[in-house]
Parts: sequence; structure tokens; C-alpha cells
Amino acid sequence: MKPKQCNGKVLSNIKILDNIYEMKLTGDFQGNPGQFYMLRSWDKEPFLSRPLSICNIEGNLLTFLYEVKGKGTDIFSKLREGNVLNLLGPLGTGFPLNNEGKIGVVAGGIGIAPMIYLCKSLKNDIDFYGGFREKPFYMDTIGKNVNKLYISTDSGKEGYNGFITDIFNPEEYSVVYTCGPMPMMSKVKNICEEKNVPLYISMEKRMACGVGACLGCSIKTTSGIRRVCKDGPVFRGEEIIFHD
Amino acid sequence: MTSVEMFGIKFKNPVITASGTFTRDYEDFFPLSKLGGICTKGLTLNEKEGNSGVRIHETTGGLLNSIGLQNPGVDRYISKELPHMEKYDTVIIANVGGSTMEEYVRTVEKLNNTNIHIIELNISCPNVKEGGMAFGIKSDIAFKVVSEVKKVCKKPLIVKLSPNAENILDMAYKCCEAGADGLSLVNTFSGMAIDIKNRKPVFDNTIAGLSGPCIKPIALRMVYEVSRIVNVPIIGIGGIVDYKDALEYIMAGALAVQVGSGNFMKPDICLDIINGIEEFMEKENIKSLEEIRGIARRY
Ligand SMILES: Cc1cc2nc3c(=O)[nH]c(=O)nc-3n(C[C@H](O)[C@H](O)[C@H](O)COP(=O)(O)OP(=O)(O)OC[C@H]3O[C@@H](n4cnc5c(N)ncnc54)[C@H](O)[C@@H]3O)c2cc1C
Ligand SMILES: Cc1cc2nc3c(=O)[nH]c(=O)nc-3n(C[C@H](O)[C@H](O)[C@H](O)COP(=O)(O)O)c2cc1C
Ligand code: FES
Repeated sequence: MKPKQCNGKVLSNIKILDNIYEMKLTGDFQGNPGQFYMLRSWDKEPFLSRPLSICNIEGNLLTFLYEVKGKGTDIFSKLREGNVLNLLGPLGTGFPLNNEGKIGVVAGGIGIAPMIYLCKSLKNDIDFYGGFREKPFYMDTIGKNVNKLYISTDSGKEGYNGFITDIFNPEEYSVVYTCGPMPMMSKVKNICEEKNVPLYISMEKRMACGVGACLGCSIKTTSGIRRVCKDGPVFRGEEIIFHD
Repeated sequence: MTSVEMFGIKFKNPVITASGTFTRDYEDFFPLSKLGGICTKGLTLNEKEGNSGVRIHETTGGLLNSIGLQNPGVDRYISKELPHMEKYDTVIIANVGGSTMEEYVRTVEKLNNTNIHIIELNISCPNVKEGGMAFGIKSDIAFKVVSEVKKVCKKPLIVKLSPNAENILDMAYKCCEAGADGLSLVNTFSGMAIDIKNRKPVFDNTIAGLSGPCIKPIALRMVYEVSRIVNVPIIGIGGIVDYKDALEYIMAGALAVQVGSGNFMKPDICLDIINGIEEFMEKENIKSLEEIRGIARRY
């Protein structure tokens, strides 16, 4: 599926928790779980577009789930119904969907965004592990698409009090997918390697072009230098080298 | 109408993509044969992995980059990438980097026997034999490297100037003395950013290169000044994001322009710029860009 430039019209843009927003756009969209779009709703400033993962696509509706971090996402959070964004995508290589057997999904914080579309698209039995700092979010939607839901919070307000990796055991899964903070993904990788379970990791790196041209998002992997935007963002676990 | 000619080579229009900012990956968004030219990523003799850590940092009106010349090396570029590039009906310029004089010379020698149209020498690279200071800072060092390359180069040779040169006019003059057939300017400005939470520079290399609209007024001034003292073709580069920016460079004396960071804003920005120039020419009844090239130098 070739990426293209297109417009998205805001249908809704709601705060679902503190600084987490869900934005639904109408337009002509395509894409696979794990792929992303480069977005801008401004002319020349900020200079760069912002990468956001596809959280869901249904008909002409594209959903993003995002956390307000800085300038760009702050502007996104102020968009109203009817506002128009420029989109570039779908970009990158998403998750492989053709695995047999039971699947484990481990997501941390805003890293759940691409996993929602993933869980919806997989036909397999899925156990979902979600780790959060304060409070979990979007778990109702996730709950509808998975068998078992494991939740942890650092705050202890809901679910297990601690890291999600403390309660994650991959033994019964044929494959595991993960997206979230680097330290979490690094632990997931160690655990999966110990039990010999194949893993797919969705990586994050600052991007300028998003299409593979600028080499701003390069990472060193066991299979050489790779671009997160084009060769990824999803990589096989054994390719990723975490520096921790 | 928009065509320009340099070294007997015809460009459909004066819009060329700048080195390191544009690859075939953009063919998903528009036909690359519409471009006046395409400049390759900086090629070095051997493969380079590029820099570690953060490589891109957005600034007001642009970005800092510390890519570190990541490239597959000239041989692999010639065998794997060039055959694809040759499919496009546009001028291909090979951008050449190096860390020693010999490396520049050997890389250019390898490109001599290809269908590349023009060589652009990037002298903003650190010179390992001179303590890492870029070749493009001191004009006598630039003179040496350009002279050596010129001896072996069988293609038209453009020297790409660094705005960090001690004296850009002296630099331009010496590069022409050394045999440059044309000049392109500018490369990125030295800059930096500090991560105040971690209390350290954002980039592993500390210093990075600034590009984008924020550098345009300075780059434009440099093109204007240089074009008054040399009589080789000049390619204007720096912060071009629309047709007006491009025309400013042409009126300052540039024969063509290169668009770099602008490609990151919009993948087919070059197409908009080409169309914009054409519309402007029609409206203002300009038959050829020669009519307006350097026109602002009268003042
Ligand atoms: C492939 C991919 C998918 C992503 N999907 C999502 C998602 O679905 N939901 C979500 O909330 N976030 C996602 N992110 C992270 C999101 O892109 C950043 O949080 C966002 O760009 C921050 O922009 P800002 O202007 O608010 O922050 P600023 O700090 O003002 O941004 C400055 C620059 O740094 C870049 N940047 C800052 N933080 C990050 C980061 N963590 N990752 C990459 N670039 C960053 C920005 O893009 C911008 O170029 C994704 C990142 C990548 C690479
Ligand atoms: C990500 C990036 C990579 C670059 N790589 C190179 C390079 O390999 N060789 C080179 O001569 N210039 C390189 N440049 C400099 C550009 O070609 C151009 O001179 C500079 O960015 C100014 O133009 P702009 O403001 O239109 O970007 C690079 C610039 C950027 C932003
Ligand atoms: S963001 Fe430009 S190559 Fe990945």
C-alpha cells in the first residue's frame, strides 16, 4: 500500500485522561497495525510534522490516541470538530499478522495506541498486558478484543502495583508484540529471549521526513543500520539493541 | 520557460533537491522526473554508519541535524542505487564527502566512470589530518582539496561552500582559483542545543548543523555577495520552502537552487516551487530566468 498525502477532517478530539487525547478524523485512509502517519495542522511552524500511530481505522474513520508532550501535540489537542489536518501515510512497516497460536501483547502508557488496531486485526487469542503510571485508559476498548487483560500501575491505583513486566510470562504465547517506553521493551525482550518466544518491537525515534530519506531515525540493529520510519517501526526482537 | 543551463547541461527547471534530504523514497509522492535535478546523499569512499544518539532536533524555523554522513559507500551506491536513479529524466549530481584529501580524490575517481552528470564537493566535512576542523573553514585548505580533486575529476565540479567559512568571499574566490566549475552555497550552519533536564548537549557530537527557513536571510546574503565576485554558476541553498524563496536566490544571482529541509514539510514541495516559479513568470511576463537572474545585484 503506497503512502500518500491526504487531508483528515476532525470529527472529534476528546481528552480521555489528564493529557491523553483521542482524535477521530474522517477522510480516505488505509493502513496496517503498527504503521503510522506524519501529521501537521499548521503551515510553517512548527517546522516538522509529527508521527502518530494508527490507533484504529474503520471505514472512513481514522483514530489517533496521543499524549500531549510538547508544541505539536499541544496544537493537536486544541483542534476542534471541522478543523483539517494534513496527513502523510500510511508509513513504515507494521506488525506481521500471520502468526498462529496464542499471542501476548505488552504495552506501556501511550504505547497502547498501535496495539488497539493490532488487537482488533488479529484473529488469534490474545492476552493483553498494559502498564501505566497513574491510571489505565482505553481498557474498555482493548477488553472487547482480547481474552485476558492484565493491568499494572506504578501508583497502585488499579491492577498490580508495579511494573507490567513483573507479571508478564510469555511461556504460552507463540509470539509477543510490544510497544512502550524503552526500559519496558528492553525487559520484555530479555524475558522473551529467556523463554525463547519470538518478539516484535515497535520502536520510536525522532523523525524529520518520515519516509526514509533523511536518515534522522536510524538505529543500529543486529542486522545493520535501519531506519525506524521505513524499515520499522516494527522490528524483530533479536534485531534491537537496547542500551541499558 | 523555466529551463536553465549549466556546463552545457540542461535543467528543466532550476529546482534541485539538496544533498541528504531527498532519495527515491519520494517517488511515492510525485514523478521525480519533474525535478530540475537530484543531488545524492554525501558519498564517501567507505560505508559510514553515521552518528549515535539524537540525530534530529527541531528548532524555531528549522532543524539541527547530526546524521554524520551515513551512506553505503561510493561503490555500493554506484552498483545498487545509481541504476535506479538513472531511470529518472533529470540531472543527477553526486555529492562527495571525505575525511582526507586522498579520500575525496579516490571517491571522485570512482564516479568519473558513471553516468552521474555533475560532482558536488562537500567541503564541510571534518578533516581528520587537521584536527577535525572542516575543510571548508580555511580557504587555503579548501584550495588544496579542490585543486587535487580538479586534477582527476572528469565531470563538471561544483564546490559546496560552508557558511562557517572564516571568510565566505575569500573561500569562494579560492575555490574558483582552484578550478571549481561552479559553487553551491550554503551547507548547514554550526549550531547546538542543550537538554536542560539532563543538563547536557542534545547531540552526542555537541555541535550539529542548522538548516531550514531560519537560515535563509543569511544564506541569501552570502549568495548575493559571492555572486558579485565570481563568474561561475551558483546554486543557492538555504531555507527554501516556496517559490518566492527560490526567486529571491535567483534575483540574488543564483542560476539554480537546492531545496533541503523543505522536503520534510511536504514531500512534493519541489513541485509546488516549480509550479509557483512558472506561474510567477507568466504573470510577470518573464520569458527566461536569465531576465531576472542577479537583478537585485544592481542595488
Ligand atoms: C512511529 C511513531 C509512532 C508514534 N505514535 C504515537 C502515538 O500513537 N501516540 C503518541 O502520543 N505518540 C506517538 N509517538 C510519539 C510522538 O510522535 C511524539 O510524542 C510527538 O512527536 C511529540 O511532539 P511534540 O511537538 O508534542 O513534542 P516536542 O518535544 O515539542 O517535539 C519536538 C520534536 O521532537 C520530536 N519528538 C518528541 N518526542 C518524540 C518521541 N517520543 N518520539 C518521536 N519523536 C519525538 C517531535 O516529533 C518533534 O520533531 C510516535 C512516535 C513515532 C516515532
Ligand atoms: C538531514 C540532513 C542531511 C544532510 N546531509 C548532507 C550531506 O550529506 N551532504 C551535504 O553536502 N549536505 C547535507 N545537508 C545540507 C543540505 O544539503 C543543505 O545544504 C542545507 O540543509 C541547507 O538547505 P535547507 O535549509 O534547504 O535545508 C543535509 C541537511 C540535512 C537537513
Ligand atoms: S525520519 Fe527521515 S529517514 Fe526516517
